[in-house]
Amino acid sequence: MDILNQLQRQYTDFTALLYREGFVDDNFTQVQKLQDESSPDFVVEVVSLFFEDCEKLVNNMAEALEQQDVDFKQVDSHVHQLKGSSSSMGAARIKNVCIAFKTFCEAQNREGCLRCLQQVNHENTQLKTNLQALFTLERQIVANGGSIPVMQ
Amino acid sequence: MAITGDSRSQFHVLAVDDSLIDRKLIERLLKTSSYQVTTVDSGSKALKFLGFQEDEQSNPDTPFGSPNNHQEVEVNLIITDYCMPGMTGYDLLKKVKESSSLRNIPVVIMSSENVPSRITRCLEEGADEFFLKPVRLSDLNRLKPHMMKTKIKNQKQEEDQEELKISEIQSDEQQQPVQPPSPQPQPESQPQAPPPPPPALLLQHNNNKRKAMEEGLSPDRTRPRYNGIPTMV
Repeated sequence: MDILNQLQRQYTDFTALLYREGFVDDNFTQVQKLQDESSPDFVVEVVSLFFEDCEKLVNNMAEALEQQDVDFKQVDSHVHQLKGSSSSMGAARIKNVCIAFKTFCEAQNREGCLRCLQQVNHENTQLKTNLQALFTLERQIVANGGSIPVMQ
Repeated sequence: MAITGDSRSQFHVLAVDDSLIDRKLIERLLKTSSYQVTTVDSGSKALKFLGFQEDEQSNPDTPFGSPNNHQEVEVNLIITDYCMPGMTGYDLLKKVKESSSLRNIPVVIMSSENVPSRITRCLEEGADEFFLKPVRLSDLNRLKPHMMKTKIKNQKQEEDQEELKISEIQSDEQQQPVQPPSPQPQPESQPQAPPPPPPALLLQHNNNKRKAMEEGLSPDRTRPRYNGIPTMV
């Protein structure tokens, strides 16, 4: 039972950290609430979809920003999409970058946009790593016969 | 076997959103709340699913019981994203409310942006609720009264259809072709082209919503309150 307790404590601490550091927000909790016995892999599924979507949008943005004549409306529409899905997922940091990103699009500021794009990439990678660690902990807890602690 | 008493399993919601992730989330939200769900990724697909016919605009000449309603599946509520490429949620709302066969279906608009003028516009066009995204489980509690209203209204229409048919023929305003009064009561089928609600009720409905608007929306993410909507109990 020692391992299980350790794992569960790690999980709780790690989760608290993710929220504290703003990687995820309450909307992520809401997504987790939607998972149950009838849909046991829901969170993992949606998170994968999100990262796929994010990567696709980032590629589209990069391509658009590479053009001689940047179509900022196009870039903005990609950012708008990413802002929406990151908000739905509770991916708070990514969402916040998108907010800044949008202002640069509106100002037609290519440099600003490129900086934001870099930041999006960075946040995306970090969140991916963090959530993968979280999911691994979950699997280990379940494998050790325990249940996943619920966030307060 | 179906003595569960959970009436929500009878309700079918059509969810419209161009974002795959939002579609997955809303589908899960609705299923968790025991609704049947169909998701589509565009307004035009939604209309197709609803069996919308372009020439089925509000037509006073369409007699009751007309075979023009091609609605294959009963949809009790439409929940749609506002911002979609091509047909926006607002456009979809308009089309639904202009259609004689579809206008009774409650429509809920979702948006990631809290724009008061957008909200007013949607409510004035006949939307029953406006949800800020991300939508939560608790928001869905507000759906049931609207769906219940439609079910009750539909039942009432089956009873009233006979009466209304007669008064329609007698009315001077409607240029209806003369119909022989049906000697038998209508068979229990899905009611077609339901009559528009009496003007007084419609006005009150809009006024309540406008009042809620004037009370002011808080700048944070709280949802606007539309508690003045009359519901049948």
